[in-house]
Amino acid sequence: MSHSSGPLSATAVRDGHDVPVWGGDALPYAVPSKKLGMWLFIVSDAITFSAVIFAYGYLRLASADWPRPFETPSIVNATVMTFVLLSSSVAMVLGVRASALGRVSAAVGWLVATALGGVIFDILHIREWLGLIGEGVRPFHNPWGTPMFGAAFFTMTGLHMLHVTIGVVYLLIIAVGFGRRKFSAVDVEVSGLYWHFVDLVWMFIFPLVYLLSAKTA
Amino acid sequence: MEHAETAGNKIIFSVWFGLLGLTVFEVILAYQELPLGTMLSILMVLSVVKAALIIAYFMHLRYELPSLFVTLIPALVFVLIMMTAIFADSSRLAHMPSLVR
Repeated sequence: MSHSSGPLSATAVRDGHDVPVWGGDALPYAVPSKKLGMWLFIVSDAITFSAVIFAYGYLRLASADWPRPFETPSIVNATVMTFVLLSSSVAMVLGVRASALGRVSAAVGWLVATALGGVIFDILHIREWLGLIGEGVRPFHNPWGTPMFGAAFFTMTGLHMLHVTIGVVYLLIIAVGFGRRKFSAVDVEVSGLYWHFVDLVWMFIFPLVYLLSAKTA
Repeated sequence: MEHAETAGNKIIFSVWFGLLGLTVFEVILAYQELPLGTMLSILMVLSVVKAALIIAYFMHLRYELPSLFVTLIPALVFVLIMMTAIFADSSRLAHMPSLVR
């Protein structure tokens, strides 16, 4: 334990570093306010997604003839989408690190690479949507079974696709702003939190929607 | 203060490969002949593991103060558990096919 003046009066040694701890003082989390704000948004957004996922589970459990329309090409497509999103998250981690080290052009490059991953994800996903629409899937009608399948599928994947699209725009704004020294490394890190969350949500949608509806027979 | 400790390249790339590997395992599992409930349980456990890896290492929560974790995560988990209450009702509907049409 060492002592210093200022709002962070107490520190503790963790992994060989002095880190501030909460002594009932002004900075209980020791993170920038923007970062705490993004975390609180993420928790609330997680509950929004959960509500949609639970609604999907409710409908599926209540329906005797839930369709399992995803043949191997669709599963491969969704698996590639998962790989793209996971890889873009790694690019984001590298971008956040570069920004923290003050390597501006490297950080901008990684941010653009991350956004590019989001664009590829969207293109693959829209292709999947168009394929299903071409087979006759509508929100309240489809050729295979329970009419609500389309509504559940398009709402859940559409909400996620909207998040990816907003994320791409957000990351590009941050990339340009950081390149012009208008935004700080904290802004890059906060945008990274959002991007990783979008990635995380897909880790639930992919098995629930695609893998559990794979046409195996 | 925000960069007291971060995950190095080795950890980040290990987490990345771990996530890719778990995804491949999930896809293989989807083609096995398992009861739907068993499959759902295994897939959800794997998804929670993947989510935890993303939160801990990519989103850096492991390297923040414990107070941030304690504020954010337990309340979220509690809300999600409370939401599972609806499923009893949905399986009731499954036994009343005329209502589901």
